[in-house]
Formats: sequence, C-alpha cells, structure tokens
Amino acid sequence: MRNLRVVWIIWLREVKRYLREKIRIITSLTMPALYLFVLGKGLGSSMAMRGAPPGFDFRQFLFPGILGMTVLMTAIFAAISIVWDREFGFLKEVMVAPVPRWTITLGKGLGGSTVAMMQGVIMLLLAPTIGINLTPAIVAQVVPLLFLVAFSITSMGIVVAARMKTMEGFQMIMNFFLMPMLFLSGAIFSLKNAPGWMSFLSKFDPLTYGVDALRGIMLPEMQPLHSISFNVVVVAFFSTVMIGLAVFAFNRQD
Amino acid sequence: MESIISVDSLTRHFGDLQAVKGVSFDIKKGELFGFLGPNGAGKSTTISMLCTLLKPTSGSATLNNYSIVNQQNKVRASIGLVFQDPSLDDRLTAFENLQFHGIIYGMNRASVAGRAKEVLKLVELYDRRNELVKTFSGGMKRRLEIARGLMHFPKILFLDEPTLGLDPQTRNHIWSYLHKLRVEEQITVFLTTHYMDEAENCDRIAVIDHGEIIALDTPAALKDRLGGDVVRIKTTDNESAITELKERFGLDAVAEDSFLRFEVLLGETFVPRLMRDFTGHITSITVHEPTLDDVFLSLTGRAIRSESTDGVDRMKAQARMYGARRPH
Repeated sequence: MRNLRVVWIIWLREVKRYLREKIRIITSLTMPALYLFVLGKGLGSSMAMRGAPPGFDFRQFLFPGILGMTVLMTAIFAAISIVWDREFGFLKEVMVAPVPRWTITLGKGLGGSTVAMMQGVIMLLLAPTIGINLTPAIVAQVVPLLFLVAFSITSMGIVVAARMKTMEGFQMIMNFFLMPMLFLSGAIFSLKNAPGWMSFLSKFDPLTYGVDALRGIMLPEMQPLHSISFNVVVVAFFSTVMIGLAVFAFNRQD
Repeated sequence: MESIISVDSLTRHFGDLQAVKGVSFDIKKGELFGFLGPNGAGKSTTISMLCTLLKPTSGSATLNNYSIVNQQNKVRASIGLVFQDPSLDDRLTAFENLQFHGIIYGMNRASVAGRAKEVLKLVELYDRRNELVKTFSGGMKRRLEIARGLMHFPKILFLDEPTLGLDPQTRNHIWSYLHKLRVEEQITVFLTTHYMDEAENCDRIAVIDHGEIIALDTPAALKDRLGGDVVRIKTTDNESAITELKERFGLDAVAEDSFLRFEVLLGETFVPRLMRDFTGHITSITVHEPTLDDVFLSLTGRAIRSESTDGVDRMKAQARMYGARRPH
C-alpha cells in the first residue's frame, strides 16, 4: 500500500508537469502534424501504392504510423527527463528516500506512458479530418493500445537514461534509437515489400507491432502483417522485459 | 544526555585521495552541531556518508541507533536532508513539493496536509503554498528545502552549507528559522559551513581540515584556547619586535603579512603597558576578542577566508541565487 502510494505520487508529478506545459503540448504536435498533412499529402499524390484499392488515401495509411511516432517521441522524452532530474538535483531527493527503487522506476514508467498516451489521444482526434471514422469501438481499443506501446518505449528509455549522466548524449539517442525505430516500424511506408534486411531488423522494433496493431484496428481493409492479438502479446512481452531491465538498471545506481 | 549520532573512525578514500581520515565524534540529542572547515576539507564527504549517500571505505557510524552501513533505509527515514545544491522541482508548487516528499517518506495523504501546513508556517511560506517554485527567490527556495527536510518528522536535520550564496539578510533569516525549529521541533541539527560567524550559532563545532578533526568544542571553549584577546601590531622592525615580545613580555608573536599577531589575556590593559615598555617603534595596533577565524588560523596556520570564495563556490552561489532553470 505504502509502495503503491509512492508509485502514484511519482506518476502524478509526471502528469502534472505535462499538463502545465501547454506550449510544449502544442509544439510537440507540430512535427507529427507536418508528417501527416505535408509529407503524407505530398508523398501520397506523387506515388500510387501498388495494389492499393480505389479511393486509397496515403494519409490514412500513414495515420496509425503517426500515432505511433507521437507516442514514441513523447515516451522517449518522458524517460529522458530522468537525466534532467539528475542534472537539476531533484533525482537526489528521490534516491535518498527510504523506498524500494522499483517504485521509482515503475512510477516514472507509468507516468511517462500516461503522458505519451494523452499526446497520442490528441493526435487521434485528427482522424476524422482525413476520413477515418472514430467509432467508440475503435477508440476503446486504440487508447489502451497507445498506453501499452508507450509503456514499452518509456521503459526502454529508462534503461538508457539510467546510464546517462548529462544531456549531451541526447543527440545520440535521437540518431541511434528514435529515428531508426521510427523508420523500421513501418509507420511511414509499408514493410510488405521491404528488402529482407529491413524486414528482419523491423522484427526487433516494438513499434512495428504497435503500429501494425493500430492499423489493424483503424483500417482493417489494409491487411496488417499480423493479427491484433499477436501484436498486443508481442508488445506486452517487450514491455515486461523492458520494465524489468529498467528496474535492474535503476537499482544499480548509487 | 544520550548520543543520537556516534561516529567511529569513519574513513573514505577516492582512489589515492584520502578525503576523510578516520574521524570519530558523538552528537547529543537536541544539539546544534557544526562542521567547520574550508572547501575540500572533507565536510561534504562526511555528511554524505552519514546520510548513506556514500559508502565509507572503513569505519562505522550510527544515527538514531541505526547503522549507516547495513540499516540504510532506517537511517534515511530518521533524517531530513537539505542539500548543498538545490533539489526542488520548480515546476511544482511549494505544497506539491512537500506532498511529494511526504508520500515518498511513507506518510499518508491526510497527515501530509497537516504537516505541510505546520512546516510551511514555520518557514513563513504558507501564504505562497500554491505558487510554483520557479517563481521563488533563492532564499525562499532554501526555506522551502528546510521545510521539506522536516516534513517526515526526522530526528536529525542535516544541512550542507545552508546559507551558501545567500545575501547576509537572508542568511540571518535562515538562522532565525533554524533556532526556532530547534525549539518547536526538538530536533538535532547537524550542519556544515565555512562561514566562521555562522558557526558561532552552534552548540559545538568540529573544525575539520585535510580530512581530520583538529578540534571539537563549544565556540566559547575554542576561543578560550587562544588564551585571551588577539592583538595585531605593525612595527618598523618586525623581526626585532618578535624577539623583544618574547623576552620582555613572554609572548609568542607570529608574522602575518606585515603584521605581528599574538594572543594575550586582558588585551585592553596590556596595550598601555606595551606602549610604555616597548622600545621599538609601533605604527599600528588593533585588539579584538578572539573569533573563530582566529581559532582556525591558530589551528591550521592559515585563514579560512582566503579559500572561501573560489570559483566553484561563486558558481554554486550564482546557480542558487538565480535558480537553475530547465530549458524547454
């Protein structure tokens, strides 16, 4: 009970900080919106997808990928905020508390996931503008899935952040994690006709399964790679492994 | 009175550097105990070990009867900490910072609310409890950190350089809160400082230099050790003056820049005698009651002041005054 209260207060801090930075909420939506409306429209009209049904809109194909991208970015940023906390001293306050470390890791993981999910939900509201109907059934499936994907990525981010002492490593994170994860996930282009090495690598990217599941829920006619339940199981498995590693990495801090 | 902190030959090495070389001391319940020494003397290292932030290389200590070596969580629950560097979340309000602290120290929500009100009133921040910490001045942040350190009813409050970088008026304020909380909270206070004038507020002081405690006593007793008032004279020939002071007056004078310094009982009556009997030519003379500066000087042969405003110190001070801000 006491430990759960600790998880709750760490979660609450993350959510409060997010909600207080209205400007950041807006500005971090501009990138996915640019991808969707500018890149999506431009690429869509300059190419015709092979085997695409009549009336196919590339932006619709792209949309689940953009949701995944939004969650990916927000979740990584949320996890990396541990490094800010370390640089600005607040982490010390948390680390000297007489509580088991896993409560800190779990609170941070759940907090970051909640924030990333909320950011994803804001993007989701744009679906009708490109002709995707948001039925209650779709929303009821998409929102928990966004949370699950966010949780797997936040946990992975914590594993990395537990080792980082300064923000100088941030560019490295962008180059070695964020962008490859995004490109390999099938968020922006279909993996169906991708070369062998690429589809091989994409199998290790949790976002692949997240995006595929989102696509399966929102656009079943686009024939996802795997079934929704298979995707969910893989993401859940990845989450479990990552939060375990995060707890381990954080426990080893002195 | 029983001891609340017992330290036994505590040692810490960093590679070849011996930061703390086997210090031992006891602190009694309710005491206001000061650790005094220049930067790099081992103050922060010792305090970090007592707070279980750093493992000792050897030696042991108990706080509130819990061992710092193998009962870390019990020690942590018994102590409140005010770090040298700021550690508040400036995107949260004053109350939210206290609430966060209370919960991670195992309090429930109901007791958090009541206790937060008490400690905020103690440091006179209750009216600003719902304002974001980033709007606070350096002094207000310090006060809030002290309030936070008290949230979970600790037995001992540790403060590492609590007044570093604050202006003199704010420093006086902080001290008045520290005196007040001793009465209201009946708590033991352990602080480090390199401000000599502030150390006078302590019940007892340990003077630490090069990782060793070189004196431990009340401020009054430390000053009494000097054997009287401190006299500084300037003469036209300091070297023969040293000889004459030794032979005629039995005083051991030490050259200090262009001055000679010595200690003598009842300085105000000694000066007229000196003027009458001294054969050399005195150009300047000052007499003052001994301060802890003089104590430190006579113990170590150097002044603490000259080391107290190095670059790092100023940087830390600035960071605290302006408040470290997170970029967006």
